[in-house]
Amino acid sequence: MKYSYKVPCTKEKLRDIRSFVKEVLDKHGISEVDVSTLVLAIDEVCANVIIHGHSCNPKDSIELEIKIDKSQNLEFDIIDTVDLFDIATYQEPKIEDVIKQQKKGGIGLILVKRIMDDIEIIRLPKKNICRLTKKIELT
Amino acid sequence: MVDVKRIQEGNYDLLTVVGDVDASSSIELDNAIEEAIESGGKKFLIDCSNLDYISSAGLGVLEEFRKRDITMIIYGLNEKVANVFEILGLDQLLVIKQTKEEAKAALG
Repeated sequence: MKYSYKVPCTKEKLRDIRSFVKEVLDKHGISEVDVSTLVLAIDEVCANVIIHGHSCNPKDSIELEIKIDKSQNLEFDIIDTVDLFDIATYQEPKIEDVIKQQKKGGIGLILVKRIMDDIEIIRLPKKNICRLTKKIELT
Repeated sequence: MVDVKRIQEGNYDLLTVVGDVDASSSIELDNAIEEAIESGGKKFLIDCSNLDYISSAGLGVLEEFRKRDITMIIYGLNEKVANVFEILGLDQLLVIKQTKEEAKAALG
């Protein structure tokens, strides 16, 4: 199954993005706690792209694609035209160091890395994709 | 959207956080705590029993106030919100209690 959602780059749209992700995941019988952490990871990446990539410009937009196969392999693509921060190679610092250095953004990236199985940045000629993958154990 | 209500109860301020604290709304929480500190508050209970969602932006606000010269006790986190604190290990850095009674006792 494949789902897609496109929104203008404003922080106010983060709530709609979370509702979309939750709605999709709820259809696939994923546990409430797993849904909540996955929603959080997507929210963090989208917030990062909207704020730092687009300076919250409502004329720009980002696209989110969710693919779910029968084995509950989840694939989330955040598709954008600006150069995405390479979270895949981001070396996770100690949480205490992030806090000490007051790097608030760092906390979000730590969350994404801890929640997802894999993070990949795919650079194409006209767009960049931040692909987050997660395998959910079937109960 | 988040609402923060503030009530002065005895020797502490009770801040009740209702709704979602994300990158869009974390400024509201930041402003509410800052105002409470500016008006002389030193001891705070943060009631999160109606906090439905928190992202790193909100966690960053709570973490920042931890370093100030105040006492801040958080209580009433639901399972999903508590899980976010645990993923980051913030449950070890911030003072978090289950109930208001436990939070008041910890406040001293």
